[in-house]
Amino acid sequence: MSDNVLHDAFVWLNDPLNWQGPDGILTLTAQHLGMTAAAVGIAAVIALPLGTWLGHVRRFDRFSAGLLVAANTSRALPTLGVILLLATAGLFGNTATVIAAALFAIPVILTNTYTGVRGVDAGVTDAARGVGMGGTRIVWQVELPLAVPLVAAGLRTTIVQVVATIPLAALAGGGGLGQIINLGFGTQNYGQVLAGGLLIAVLCLVIDGILAVLQRVVTPRPLRVSGRPRTA
Amino acid sequence: MPDNPWFSWSYVTSSWDELSTLLWQHALITVEAVLIAFVVSVPLAALAARVRWLAGPILAGTSALYTIPSLALFAILAPVLGIGRTSVLVGLVLYALVILVRNTLAGLQSVDPAVLDAARGLGFGRFRRFWSVELPGALPGILAGLRLATVSTVALVTVGVVVGYGGLGTLILRGFQSFYRAEIMTATLLCLLLALVLDVVIWAVGRALTPWRRGAGA
Repeated sequence: MSDNVLHDAFVWLNDPLNWQGPDGILTLTAQHLGMTAAAVGIAAVIALPLGTWLGHVRRFDRFSAGLLVAANTSRALPTLGVILLLATAGLFGNTATVIAAALFAIPVILTNTYTGVRGVDAGVTDAARGVGMGGTRIVWQVELPLAVPLVAAGLRTTIVQVVATIPLAALAGGGGLGQIINLGFGTQNYGQVLAGGLLIAVLCLVIDGILAVLQRVVTPRPLRVSGRPRTA
Repeated sequence: MPDNPWFSWSYVTSSWDELSTLLWQHALITVEAVLIAFVVSVPLAALAARVRWLAGPILAGTSALYTIPSLALFAILAPVLGIGRTSVLVGLVLYALVILVRNTLAGLQSVDPAVLDAARGLGFGRFRRFWSVELPGALPGILAGLRLATVSTVALVTVGVVVGYGGLGTLILRGFQSFYRAEIMTATLLCLLLALVLDVVIWAVGRALTPWRRGAGA
């Protein structure tokens, strides 16, 4: 059976008709990336300034502990449930998914930005103040450049996580590449299901690869870590 | 349009039989997936810690696997393994494996080399050194991994509904199809509750297993 499915999947992927048109792979991929950009954009607009400010004023350390708890608790929250609850609140499938993905992305960006800015050596900011820099200049020219590795890592994690969340939109009646899988399950066309799964998997791996390169490029040379980051 | 509350106790009490059956199903597949992943992850991490050149490929492979979204993974597994519990279980084991291998490896690497030297000096053999020095030393990392893997698995099971076995996810999707909010909300909250309970259980077991770390905080 599995040989046939694999064969069906490649036949499906080789059919030019499946790539073009309003429900074609190209349109769905564009839609997928558009929704990802929207969700990451919303989350970044909220979390980047807030995280920077919280780190800059060097207070609210309790709040940061609360953030970690929020980030950890959100792992237990089924994304599908949140999307479908938002969808029953009267939002369209795509909007519901974008909002849910943004909600799950905010704690990640916030924690990384806060930790990055807060972790800047107090001696360095003192020195900046000593040479006459004001608060805004310290943020832009001292704290943020030093926080770049963590902020970039947070954004990369977030984007990969959002790209992976968007396929669920299909279950809420929305678009994106998940639609191929959902349609395939609905019509019991498992070749199409497999093709959809492979397409999304490849998209995620490619995006993660591009972001890994970008992350390295934006990190100032002296701050680059040669070894692998250790996860606890 | 009829009344469509976000939460309703009468729904919970009247459908308790179904809720408890699915909750049990959900809990069982979570525990099973994490246990299988745990049994596989320890030798894998031990191998990666010992054979240095294997650590890179094992970590890269597991992180690539983790990048693949659950819906896509289930869509890849289901056509091969069939619709139903097996596909969901295999998918869950794979994700849990990624988390556990990383954490167990980090735990093993955090063991002080001086302690291992001391064990060697005391005449401990390879196996005994691993079993009674390295593994207990890596326990904090392993337990952190187990908690993370369990909590994430609880949430992931719900997506299994597309493959015909989603535990509480069954109610989440059905609630959406019949546009009944209380059903989705109840199932979502039960997932959260289940994750919390399992997390506390592992934390308590971990505390009992690592008496030397008490007072260091959770």
